Amino acid sequence: MEMVVIFKREFASYFSTPLASVFIVIFLVLAGVFTFYLGNFYERGQADLMPFFNFHPWLYLFLVPAISMRLWSEERKSGSIELLMTLPITKLDAVVGKFTAAWCFIGLALLLTIPMWISVNYLGDPDNGVIFASYLGSWLMAGSFLAIGSCMSALTKSQVIAFILSVVICFLFILSGFPLVLNVFKDWAPSVVVDAIASLSFLTHFSSISKGVLGFRDLLYFLSLIGCWLFATAIVIELQQAD
Amino acid sequence: MIEIVNLSRHFGQLTAIDDISFTVEAGEVLGFLGPNGAGKSTTMKMITGFLAPSSGSISVSGFDIGTQTIEAQKRIGYLPEGAPCYEDMNPLQFLGFIAAIRGFKGDEQQQKVAQVVTTMGLESVLTQKIETLSKGFKRRVGLAQAIIHNPEVLILDEPTDGLDPNQKHQVRNMIRSLSKDKIVIISTHILEEVTAVCTRATIIANGKIVSDCSPAELESKSRYAHAVTLHLTEQQSAATKLSELPGVSEVEVNEEGKLLTVLTEGGQSIYEQVNDLVRQESWQVDALYVEKGRLDEVFRKITEEVV
Ligand SMILES: Nc1ncnc2c1ncn2[C@@H]1O[C@H](COP(=O)(O)OP(=O)(O)OP(=O)(O)O)[C@@H](O)[C@H]1O
Ligand SMILES: [Mg+2]
Repeated sequence: MEMVVIFKREFASYFSTPLASVFIVIFLVLAGVFTFYLGNFYERGQADLMPFFNFHPWLYLFLVPAISMRLWSEERKSGSIELLMTLPITKLDAVVGKFTAAWCFIGLALLLTIPMWISVNYLGDPDNGVIFASYLGSWLMAGSFLAIGSCMSALTKSQVIAFILSVVICFLFILSGFPLVLNVFKDWAPSVVVDAIASLSFLTHFSSISKGVLGFRDLLYFLSLIGCWLFATAIVIELQQAD
Repeated sequence: MIEIVNLSRHFGQLTAIDDISFTVEAGEVLGFLGPNGAGKSTTMKMITGFLAPSSGSISVSGFDIGTQTIEAQKRIGYLPEGAPCYEDMNPLQFLGFIAAIRGFKGDEQQQKVAQVVTTMGLESVLTQKIETLSKGFKRRVGLAQAIIHNPEVLILDEPTDGLDPNQKHQVRNMIRSLSKDKIVIISTHILEEVTAVCTRATIIANGKIVSDCSPAELESKSRYAHAVTLHLTEQQSAATKLSELPGVSEVEVNEEGKLLTVLTEGGQSIYEQVNDLVRQESWQVDALYVEKGRLDEVFRKITEEVV
């Protein structure tokens, strides 16, 4: 119940400042640029949204930390965390409430790209099941970025530091599935290790989802990643009370 | 009831709170005094569950703040130092949010908000963003937030800082009017406030409690307690005669000998003797009155002894 109250306040707070509109505009413009210029949307001559989704990890790498950096740093800087933490709510209520508000906000930005989905249907005959799965996968991946960012934001008063830390950690999570990186390990490490590294990556799971197979393992991967990082956030906040 | 037992708090090497214990009973209004950095805010942060103690325990209405945090926090209203709040909201939204967290819904929620808006005089700023409010109004929003659920325990860190005289008066009335079974702890640097609203004055310095008594007792520790001041119409050499009176310890002379303050030994009343002497010597006097103890002097004496 308290979680819902926190969620509502947080979600509304995105729209009480220019943050919401600035973020959404930048998100849509970048998504467009990536898809149409870098992704050769037209030249490929295929009716699907592959070029659009392929760039999402890179888009989120910078845009999601920009949202997550304020989750806790701002509260600590302004002192409002003292108010929040002395209200009768659990840490988990606060952590999850804030996270879901941000996640839904990013989901909203994602929904605004639906005209692109409509236009591929107009231009050709895409597999809508695949596109739907990709949207879901993309949102789940955004959630994982966000959960990492939430934890980094809880670590510091400075939004800039929170941003940089989140970008670095998210980058590592993307990188671990890159063929370039995996090849380095392939030569000498046992294949179990290589697979383990690859299976940690956003890319591995996202690309399998965006092929249209919304596997249980990939869902579990993203959800448990989110769960772990949110739990870590709550612990960080708990520890600061005793610090 | 609030029970604090052997409470300590360290920040790295620094010991902010050093093994303090005290109990506050229902009906008490405790004024928490002390120099800057004494540990007032730190203690309040621990009572409200924002900071964890390094050692010791705190219970609020029977609930341990460390293990039954939520239950304890439900019973506490807290104004943190500097009255932080969500500045991107307006007072109406903000108070609605707090009321919702405190478990009020629908009509009851609106009624609670309306009630504190009236108490704190916020009608004129209801739809203005809090970040654009003046310091005093922000503080009033913070106070409104603290009392919205009519808490058993009210903890206010410098509640009247930045308020105009009318609002100061209003807040003091508000505190006094709280029903007699509540606990209020306020920290303040305004000593008159303690005499005006508190039933108990606790002075803390360097993380230790150095004095804990009623404001009246505190006043009586002043060397000015029961002293008698006379304003002479014309300059007289009255000081010598006054200091020869029994029970007089010292006579302070000011304003070229026209203003004399007669201090007593051991707090006995000497008004009669001074009055008799004035008549006997037929001095022309504009005013003659018994002094109250001076809290600032007692405060200085008590807190400087520690350093
Ligand atoms: N987060 C912190 N980290 C390190 N030291 C701290 C922290 N919070 C408080 N202190 C230190 O603890 C001591 C007590 O501070 P506190 O804020 O409780 O004082 P105070 O009595 O409220 O003073 P004031 O009258 O100025 O408000 C100070 O020496 C302060 O520097
Ligand atoms: Mg303080």
